[in-house]
Amino acid sequence: MKHILSALVQNKPGVLAHVAGMFAARAFNIDSLAVGRTDDPSLSRMTIVVIGDDRVVEQVRKQLAKIVTVVKVQDFAGMDVVARDLMLISVACPPEKRPEILALVEMFQGKVVDIGSKFVMVEVAGPENKIEAFIEACRPYGIKNLVRTGTVAMARQPRFAPPENEEAK
Amino acid sequence: MTANTTEKTAVQTKPGSQIIVDTLLEHGVEVLFGYLGGVVLPLFDKLYDSPIRVVIPRHEQGGCHMADAYARSTGKVGVVIATSGPGATNLTTGLATAMMDSVPLVALTGQVRTELIGNDAFQEADTTGITRPITKHNVIVKNPNELAQTIREAFFIASTGRPGPVLIDIPVDMQIAQVPVTPPQPIELPGYRIRERGHARQITAAAEAINSSQRPVLYVGGGVISGNASEPLRKLAKKANIPVTMTLMGLGAFDQNDPLSLNMLGMHGAAYANFAVQNCDLLICVGARFDDRVTGKLKAFAPHARVIHIDLDPSSISKNVPADIPVVGSARHVLTELLELVEYRERKEWFDQIAEWKKRHPLRYDQNAKTIKPQYVIEELWKQTQGQAIITTGVGQHQMWTAQFYRFNRPRQFITSGGLGTMGFGLPAAIGAQIANPDALVIDIDGDSSFNMTLTELSTAVMYELPVKVCLINNGYMGMVRQWQELFYGKRYSCSSLKSPDFARLAEAFGAVGLRAEKKEEVPAVIKAMLAEKRPCVADFRVDPEENVWPMVPAGKSLHEMDGLDIFEMA
Ligand SMILES: Cc1ncc(C[n+]2csc(CCOP(=O)(O)OP(=O)(O)O)c2C)c(N)n1
Repeated sequence: MKHILSALVQNKPGVLAHVAGMFAARAFNIDSLAVGRTDDPSLSRMTIVVIGDDRVVEQVRKQLAKIVTVVKVQDFAGMDVVARDLMLISVACPPEKRPEILALVEMFQGKVVDIGSKFVMVEVAGPENKIEAFIEACRPYGIKNLVRTGTVAMARQPRFAPPENEEAK
Repeated sequence: MTANTTEKTAVQTKPGSQIIVDTLLEHGVEVLFGYLGGVVLPLFDKLYDSPIRVVIPRHEQGGCHMADAYARSTGKVGVVIATSGPGATNLTTGLATAMMDSVPLVALTGQVRTELIGNDAFQEADTTGITRPITKHNVIVKNPNELAQTIREAFFIASTGRPGPVLIDIPVDMQIAQVPVTPPQPIELPGYRIRERGHARQITAAAEAINSSQRPVLYVGGGVISGNASEPLRKLAKKANIPVTMTLMGLGAFDQNDPLSLNMLGMHGAAYANFAVQNCDLLICVGARFDDRVTGKLKAFAPHARVIHIDLDPSSISKNVPADIPVVGSARHVLTELLELVEYRERKEWFDQIAEWKKRHPLRYDQNAKTIKPQYVIEELWKQTQGQAIITTGVGQHQMWTAQFYRFNRPRQFITSGGLGTMGFGLPAAIGAQIANPDALVIDIDGDSSFNMTLTELSTAVMYELPVKVCLINNGYMGMVRQWQELFYGKRYSCSSLKSPDFARLAEAFGAVGLRAEKKEEVPAVIKAMLAEKRPCVADFRVDPEENVWPMVPAGKSLHEMDGLDIFEMA
């Protein structure tokens, strides 16, 4: 089972090593790890995709929270989550295939970011399955290069606040 | 002269090394253990003028175990200093030992100059990288203005929550830099929260489970000792009338001479403790972590029991055994609150059953043997010291026999490497405990192979005139390894015997006192002579070489499937 965890960490040297080291030492399986600064320069956000059953992920969550520089950990299991990967992909594209490939890019709401006589570089963002589908669609043309960020994710806000009287027990 | 000195509002500055010493003093550090080297010279230079007593071991591992035992025996934070590179790497065994047993320690290591870091400079090692998995937290200081606050945070992190070692790596230029003196800032660690108080509803649920149980057992670990919760534990056991079994780390948390004590459980635990756990309907685990040496086969552990798990560290709960009632909080708080809610129950059937087990399978050994039985030495030591000594150990059979036959009556009395099982821990630990408790009787009950690993620290004991005693259970083997080879490898004793020096004469060469007992009749007198000695003393007891630790749960078996019980069967 894939689980998405989101960890708010202090933006300090050694934090990534602490987190990665914990995963390695405890033999947890990381599928992807994406890190970047938040709007607060003293904090970074890590989105960690882990593979494991509920008990394993529970341990991962607790062990992460135990790291002194990890401020907060959230498990997105059972939540409505927006999850995105970003991919840059370079696809073989002789002039005669251009219309075909551009149509494909359009279909996936991708963006052509570079173009040459033989290749086109495309940026695609979206949920993992969309990214994967795009890779498959490109395969017949020939993929020269591919790079992905790993998943970043955020939980959706509850659309409507529950009525007051229901909230009060 | 800096511009500062000419200004009216000049800030006072001091060298970083002085700031370090001042901050240690601010935390009440009276003694520290350290070893010198180029990149800690500025620090040692300032220690020269300070009231802090510096104890120099013969090896940094020894120094780290000393600081560790100083902390375990007092509850204070131990402090150890080492130089960069080899000094720092020599600390690792000590740090990992302290980490596994949750001991509050602050380690300061020197590091090469900031601009040399990463260049494979002389005596450079990536100390924070190496020690990351064996410390609770570690940092390298790259801004001298952060020195004081980093040390304050280190003491705070080491001593609060689940205690543990914290390492600060300090490049030598940080020690030389002039640093403005600033008053202590409030400690802000947004990622570090401790839940001392257990959840009220969970505590109520735990109390209800206790009150309605017919066959409860308290299973307590080192968390009760480090959390200073022995008193509420004793009251709870008495008030609710519950038998208490302890892990190796928990020994001393509850008086083993008390009728409610079931002594130690686990692989070499008492049979009655293991039977009680396997038959209980409620297991109340406090400050212990269901280590595999305790549980045996996990699937068959305490099969009929609901489990209450009280622990400060949320990641300990349900890691190995799912808890029916988890309570995250300090043992002290939670037990104190539980105490209010529990009621006395007679549980006659349960106690009759336990009495029957105790009668059938007491911890015993062959008292009629002609040879010196190791258990006899330890029992005699217990008698002559009236069970009052502070005891440290190495790792192996002698450690288990000590756990079985020295009946500990108070917390912080038994100092042993439980989690990591570090051979060589005993002597340096005895030295650390003796420094912390100058008037106490401190005895290292050691194995010959364990002692061989760090016996060089005898010269530390001699130099500082510490009256530590080493009671060597000398069987000529790596006894515990030999036992496994006997039982599981068809008596093929591959490489498990070592030729040792004449330990008594070696002790004399170090300037300590050496004693020896080769015959059973000599044992009481040698122990008496050892106890009377005011100097460091090694007493070498030549025990039966092939004695085994019984009972024993073989690895992978469940707790009640103990071998060697027939040896204990009362006629
Ligand atoms: C540093 C270290 N190395 C190896 C071991 C594995 N080990 C556990 S017990 C043991 C033998 C201990 O022999 P000794 O100290 O003589 O004690 P005895 O079992 O004979 O009482 C060994 C080698 C260990 N625990 N620690």
